[in-house]
Amino acid sequence: MSGGQLRSAAAVVGLSIQEGVRKRVFLAVLVLTAGFLALFALGAHFAFRDVDEFASGVPGVLDAHAFTGATIFGLAMFATLFLGAVLAVFLTLGVVRGDAESGLLQPIVVRPIGRTTMLVARFAGAALLSAAYVVFVYLASCAITEATGNWSPDHLLGPALGLALAVAIIAALSLLASTVLSVTAQGIVVFMVFGAGLTAGLMAQIGNAINSDSLHEIGRVASWALPFEGLYAASLHALISDTSGLTGVVLQLGPFGGSEAAGPGLIAWAFAYLLGVLALAAFVFSRRDL
Amino acid sequence: MAAPVLAVRELSKRYGKQEALAGVDLQVEAGQLVGLLGPNGAGKSTLTKIACGLVRPSGGGVEVLGQPAGSPEARAALGYLAELFRFPGWCTADELLRLHQRLVGSAGGEAERRELLDLVELGDAAGKRVEAMSKGMQQRLGVGQALIGSPRLLLLDEPTSALDPVGRRIVRELLEELRRRGVAVLLNSHLLSEVELICDHVAIIAGGRLVKAGTPAELAGPAAVEVETASGVKTFEGAAREDAPRIVAELVAAGEQVYRVEVRHSSLEDVYLDAVGGQTG
Repeated sequence: MSGGQLRSAAAVVGLSIQEGVRKRVFLAVLVLTAGFLALFALGAHFAFRDVDEFASGVPGVLDAHAFTGATIFGLAMFATLFLGAVLAVFLTLGVVRGDAESGLLQPIVVRPIGRTTMLVARFAGAALLSAAYVVFVYLASCAITEATGNWSPDHLLGPALGLALAVAIIAALSLLASTVLSVTAQGIVVFMVFGAGLTAGLMAQIGNAINSDSLHEIGRVASWALPFEGLYAASLHALISDTSGLTGVVLQLGPFGGSEAAGPGLIAWAFAYLLGVLALAAFVFSRRDL
Repeated sequence: MAAPVLAVRELSKRYGKQEALAGVDLQVEAGQLVGLLGPNGAGKSTLTKIACGLVRPSGGGVEVLGQPAGSPEARAALGYLAELFRFPGWCTADELLRLHQRLVGSAGGEAERRELLDLVELGDAAGKRVEAMSKGMQQRLGVGQALIGSPRLLLLDEPTSALDPVGRRIVRELLEELRRRGVAVLLNSHLLSEVELICDHVAIIAGGRLVKAGTPAELAGPAAVEVETASGVKTFEGAAREDAPRIVAELVAAGEQVYRVEVRHSSLEDVYLDAVGGQTG
């Protein structure tokens, strides 16, 4: 890539970020996020207070405090992934076909930047913003559980990076969908794929619980076909991977749902998948008349 | 001899079974302002989009300064304003031009942006958001953004469709100034009077084929010689300027009193209607 193309790519990344930040919807996202974090803080406060009262003086093998912290933090992780997915889809909505139909795309595409560079730059802008957002919400949730219940996950950064990579994959899938689908269809399809991924994770978990190898295998294959789910499950698992005893066993079986250790090569596969989706999007875009 | 700024050779384009262009040849030289006319759906926008690299041709080719259309070198040499365009509503006129400066790699900085905004008479609207501009202002801003980086070729698809008469005059004067600077311009327009007024060369496309091309004077050939005599106005259809002395001499020899002689030309509209055979899109 030449210096000129790099400058152009940086301009498009900047455009994507500015576009995302300066639209009113982004303000709505920030307000809703603040609302979510406030509610989460309130919920965490009462959950820790009540469980501490409930469990005080009751010696047991289950660490109720850790169980509560991990459970509510797991729920926060789900909300974080969901909000990050919404943001990733919003930032890539209509980026190719939609913008081409409205005439937004042509003035940029005729510039020397080249279609592939433009597409990758649009992805980079959306992925950076979405990833930064999920890392921020994750860390804020972490700070809240630390402040309200003195509980923090076993691994701090791994799950955050896993979520960031998961929303980057969702942004790439959404970008691919935008090369062929209209804006509405793109939004619907990507959210259905997102739902399918999460369902696959739950199927694997249910298969595990009822000892159904077939169900577990179907869920496992599906979650690798949509690796944002595998990354989410691995991130959940990393929260409590060092928690031992009955607490660790119960947490892995129960309230998290879909929590599963990253298999060998998951991260490498996720990056390869991401590159493959982007390459396919670039190929489709390069063949498209505007 | 230097390569033409825009060279279109045997260009064809099919959309499924529909033939949008069928073997079109066209050249635009430096400092030439070429008007592209034709009914809706004739293939004018398709030709322009192929020249920009937005649409892939089915056959033939287009070169910009000797480089294949769509190549980075060709893109760097041209400015383009689409018929249907939109700019991000949230950005200001100055921000939009700055973005395009970065995309083109222009080092013109603020001076270039200010000059272009002044050229399209938007000097006072530099800080105005696109969404707060009228359609006419946006179209003038579009012309301004197409001029970022001093392109050698300007492709304008109906650039005055949303403009009022004053806006049209601004764009017309701007195009004349660009011609003086040696910029080649391909202008798609339905406004025959405008094309007749400013273009050096006119190409008429109908049904994907080039049906007529030439200078406005060549196209608008003589239609008649009209002579006012004592016995009334006599019209000699098909006669040219060169025929006027003979016609007058014959009338005088026949005993007529001649008061006025006028050579009438067919207008571009007559030529256009004749060429497209009443087609409309």
